[in-house]
Amino acid sequence: MLKSLFIALAQRGLQAFFVAVIVGVVSFAMMQALPGDAAFRIAAGRYGYDMMDAAAAEAVRLELGLNRPFLVQLRDWLWTLAQFDLGESFVYGGPVSQKIATQLGFSLLLAAGAVITSLLFALPIGIAAGLSPGGVIDRISLAVSILLRAIPAFALGIVLVLIFSVQLKLFPVAGFRGFSYLILPSLTLGLGLAAVSNRVVRDAVVEAMSTEWRLFARTKGLSANVTMRRHVLRNASLPVVTYVGVQMAYLVEGVVIVETVFAWPGIGHALVHAIFARDIAMVQGTALTLGLIYVVLNLVIDITCRGIDPRSQMT
Amino acid sequence: MYIYSRAVYFVIALFFSTIAIAEARKSVTIAAPWEVASYDPAVSGFAIQKLQIMENLVDADESGKLRPGLATSWRVSDDALTWTFELRDGVTFHDGTPFSADAAILALNRAWQQPGVLAKAPITGIVKVDNAVVFTLDKRFSALPAILAHATTIVPALSAFDAEGNPSALIGTGPFQVTEFTPPQSIELVRNDGYWGDAPLIEAASYLAAGRAETRALLAESGDADMVFTLDPSGFSRLADIDSVQTVAVPIPRVVTLKVNSGHPFFNAPRARQALSLAIDRDGIATAITRFPEAAAGQLFPPALNAWHDTSLPPLVHDMEAAKALLTDLGWAPGPDGILERDGERFSILLRTFPDRPELPLIAAVLQNSWREIGIELEISVANYSEIPAGHQDGTLHVALYARNYGLTPDPIGTVFQDFGVGGGDWGAMGWENAEVAQALGSIAATGDAKARTEDIAKVARVLHEELPLIPIVWYQHTVSIASGLKGVIIDPLQRSYNLSKVSWDE
Repeated sequence: MLKSLFIALAQRGLQAFFVAVIVGVVSFAMMQALPGDAAFRIAAGRYGYDMMDAAAAEAVRLELGLNRPFLVQLRDWLWTLAQFDLGESFVYGGPVSQKIATQLGFSLLLAAGAVITSLLFALPIGIAAGLSPGGVIDRISLAVSILLRAIPAFALGIVLVLIFSVQLKLFPVAGFRGFSYLILPSLTLGLGLAAVSNRVVRDAVVEAMSTEWRLFARTKGLSANVTMRRHVLRNASLPVVTYVGVQMAYLVEGVVIVETVFAWPGIGHALVHAIFARDIAMVQGTALTLGLIYVVLNLVIDITCRGIDPRSQMT
Repeated sequence: MYIYSRAVYFVIALFFSTIAIAEARKSVTIAAPWEVASYDPAVSGFAIQKLQIMENLVDADESGKLRPGLATSWRVSDDALTWTFELRDGVTFHDGTPFSADAAILALNRAWQQPGVLAKAPITGIVKVDNAVVFTLDKRFSALPAILAHATTIVPALSAFDAEGNPSALIGTGPFQVTEFTPPQSIELVRNDGYWGDAPLIEAASYLAAGRAETRALLAESGDADMVFTLDPSGFSRLADIDSVQTVAVPIPRVVTLKVNSGHPFFNAPRARQALSLAIDRDGIATAITRFPEAAAGQLFPPALNAWHDTSLPPLVHDMEAAKALLTDLGWAPGPDGILERDGERFSILLRTFPDRPELPLIAAVLQNSWREIGIELEISVANYSEIPAGHQDGTLHVALYARNYGLTPDPIGTVFQDFGVGGGDWGAMGWENAEVAQALGSIAATGDAKARTEDIAKVARVLHEELPLIPIVWYQHTVSIASGLKGVIIDPLQRSYNLSKVSWDE
C-alpha cells in the first residue's frame, strides 16, 4: 500500500516538473504571439489612458528589456524560475509570488465554499432522486437543475444579491471582510455546480442500486440501511469524488465573472487582467501555479479514491 | 422548530444589523471601479491621493485653486528658471518618521525619471536646499506648482521603499493611514491622529474596487457602500428613486473626443473635419447613451474647465445636408453603393476605440450609422487603448474615439501643450500644426500673468474650434451616490480627492 502510494507520488512529481516546463514555455510563446506591441500594453496597464503615450511605452520597453530577442527573454525567465523565483510584475511591480499567494488563497477559499455549498444541495437531492428514479423528487430536481444550469452565473449572482443583500439585508453585496462575505459568491457558484453534480450523484446511486452485489448484500441479510451505508454510497461516491475534483479545477481558474461581480480578489480575475495588460511575468506565474494545482488535485483525487475503493489498494 | 428557526433568523439579522449600525457612525465605505494593485505612486498614485494617504507639495481645492500642501509656500526666481518650495515643519509620516526634504527629493526624482507629468516639464534638476526643494528649468514654465499637485508627485516615506529602492508600502503623511491593503481590491484606513492639518471627523474608511457597474449600484442600494463612484446610466436612474441614497452628477473636465489624422488625404482640409463634425448627432448621443442631454459638447473644453471653456464660441451643430455639401465641395461623389468616391478611392475608414469606457463602442456605432448617411463607410475596431498612440506613432490611424481628461493637473496647460503643441500628441492632434496655437501655448506655459494668459487661451480655443484637429462629442459627468446622513461631502471635479477628511455622519 505504502509502496504504491510512493509510486503515485513520484509519478505526480515527475508530472509536475513537465507541466511546469511545458506550461511555462507554451504560455510564454502565446503571450509573444498575441497581436499588438507588448510595451504599449504594459505602459497602458501601468499608467492608465490619461498618462500613457508612446514615450511611456518606449521607457517600459527599455526598462523591461522587451527589445531583447524572444529566446533570450525566455531563457532569463526559465533561469529565474530555476531559482524558485517568479520575478516581478511588469505592470504593478513587486514579486509575482506574493500577489499569487494572496489571490490563490482567496480563490481556494471561494472554491472550497462553492464545492461545500454544492455538496450540501447535491448529495441529499441526488441520493433521494437516485433511490426512486422517475419519482417526484427525481423529476423536480431535473427540472430545477436544467433551469439553474441555464442561468448564467453573472445573472444568478445579481438575483441572489437583490434577494439576500438588498431586500433581506442578510449578507453583504461584495468584498471580503469576513465569513459572511463568502456566502453569496459560494451560493452563486455552488448552485450552478449542484445543478450538474446532483445528477451525477443520482446516476451513480441508480447504478449502484441496480447492481448484483447490492442484491447479494440484501439477500445475505444486511438491512436496507446498512447496505446503503456500506455498499451503495461507497461505490456511488467514486464517480462523484472524481467529478468534484474536476469541478474544483474549474473553480480555481474559471470563475472570473463571479469574482468580478462580487469584487473578490481571486486568481482568475487577476489572470484575465494580466493577459489584457501583457503582464507577462504575472501570466507566467499564474499559469504555472494553476498547472501545478491541477497536478495536486489529481493526486488528492487519486488518494481519496484509493481510500474509498479497497480494490485499488491490492495492486 | 418553527420558533427555533425564527429565533435563529433574528439573531442573524440582529448580528448583521448591529455591525452595520456600529460601523456606520464612525466609518465610511467607498466603492469605485478602479483597482489598486501597486505601491508605486506612478501606477497607483491616483487612488493613494484620492484616499488622502499621501500628500503633494501643492494641494488644490475643488475649483482647481492651488493651496499649500507639504510645501508652505513657493517662489520663482527673476529669470523664472528656478522654483523654490519651502517645506512644512513638524510633519510626520504614518510610521512616525519625520517628513523631510530627503523624502520629497526622492519621491520627486523618482517621478521625474518615470513617464508622467514631471518628465514632460522642462526640468533640469530637483535638489534640496536646507528645508526646501529647488527645481531648475531650462524654459519658463508657470504650471510647475500645478503639476506638483498631480497624483504621481505624492510623497511616500523613505521607509516605504525596499532595499532595492522599489515602493513596498503605503506610508504617507495624509489624514488617513493604511491598516490593510489587499491588491487589487481593497484598502482599509484609519484616521491619522497625528495629522498636521484638520483631523478627519470619521475614524475609519475603506475602499473597495468593484469592477462591475451593477455591483456598485447594488452596494449603494443595500447600504454596504456609503459613497459609490461612477454609476452606469441605469444604476444612476434606479438609485435616484431610492430614499436611502442621494445621487449627484458633477461635470468634470473630461471629454469624449474623436482624434482625426489631419495628415491623411481624406481629412487634411479643415472642411473635411467640419463635415465629420456636422454629421454627429451630439444631442442624440448625450440623451440616449450618456444620458445627460446638457453635456453634448458644443466645444472641446468642458464648462468644468472654466478658464478654458469659452462661452462666446458658437456650439458645434448637427446638419447632415451641410456635411454632404462640404464633402461635395471637396470633390467627393457617391459611388454605386452610396459610399463616396474621389479619384477612384472609396471613403472607407477605420475607427479605433476601446471598451474600458462602455459608452465608447456605443458612440462609435452611432457614428458608423450617421456617417453612412453622408456616404462614409466606417469600420470599428474595439481593442486595447494603446492601439491609439501606437497608430499615431506609425501613422496608420484614421480616426480614434476616446475620452481625454483636461483636468489631470489643476492647470491644464501641460496636457493641452502636449496635445496641440508642435508635432501634436498621442492623444491630441495628428498631422496638424498651427503656428498661432503653438506660439500661444508657448506663452501660456511661460507666463503667470492672468490677462495675457486669458487672451492666449481664447485664441487657442477659437482655432481648435474652427480647425477641429480633435472633434469633441460629449462632456463627462462624474456620477456619485451618497448615503443619506453623510454630511460634508465634496465631490471634486478634478478627481484629486474623495475629501473623506471632511465628511461625517448626522447624529
